[in-house]
Amino acid sequence: MEYIFELHKTMLSRHLILVYEGEFTQEVTKSVLAMAERNMDSFGEQSSIKRKVFNVMVESLQNIVKHSDDVKSDDNKTLHSAIFMIGKSDTDYIITSGNPVKNEKVATIQQRLEKINSLDKDGLKSLYRDIITNAEISDKGGAGLGFVDMARKSGNQLEFSFKPINQDYSFFSLKTSVSRS
Amino acid sequence: MEVINLEGTEDTPKILLDKDNGIFEISGRSLPEDSAEFYQPVIDWIKEYAKSPNSSTSFEFKLEYFNTASSKLILDILTSLENIDSTQIMWYFQEDDEDMEEAGEEFSELVELPFEFHSY
Repeated sequence: MEYIFELHKTMLSRHLILVYEGEFTQEVTKSVLAMAERNMDSFGEQSSIKRKVFNVMVESLQNIVKHSDDVKSDDNKTLHSAIFMIGKSDTDYIITSGNPVKNEKVATIQQRLEKINSLDKDGLKSLYRDIITNAEISDKGGAGLGFVDMARKSGNQLEFSFKPINQDYSFFSLKTSVSRS
Repeated sequence: MEVINLEGTEDTPKILLDKDNGIFEISGRSLPEDSAEFYQPVIDWIKEYAKSPNSSTSFEFKLEYFNTASSKLILDILTSLENIDSTQIMWYFQEDDEDMEEAGEEFSELVELPFEFHSY
């Protein structure tokens, strides 16, 4: 039973206020949003900060719902597992997601994120404009605007990493900070 | 024309489209699981309305929040309103919600429609 104490300590030391691991659906998205909103309300968080955090959470959660790839386990069962966390320190909210993606998608996602991180406020605005006027909604229901919106609303760069899971999949982690001041 | 009257939920907006009473309104939160599917009836309705519109149309957006997929569909709605004479967009935003105000301004730059901005 040590692990639960370790997990609890990790959550406290990392200032995590909410961690969800498992299958992600629209229903899960709504529940996680409601819990995070209640938490922010209980702290009397400023409405402008709440809205920004809410924005980033929605895009992050819906990214997982739409784009997380199912990994087969060793006994050939499908795993939908992904993770979503919200941390809160005195200065920031940290919204982090982690989910498996096919290795063949890694380079594309990485290039998109690097491009977004290289742009300033006006550059992000014109990229958003470019995508919204030209893009079609994908068969997964995305508009291709999620990462750009996360960067715009947070005003911060998006931190990311890819860790290999096996020859077919990598674990994609994405972190967005929203300043509380 | 039939009336579209959808109650808002925690992830879909309230939508009221009523030609006879001249009410055209989308309000609340918009983060449906499938935005394209959700908004298709609205876009179809506007296309039908465009065939014999009222002498003027005041279309209200009073959104607290919309996700990026909805934002693409809102642009599609605005684009389908562009061809209707004497159409005006009323864009409402909460007084301290700069992002929603800015979102309205950005939409107004993308379509040929007059926008009126109102805070509440």
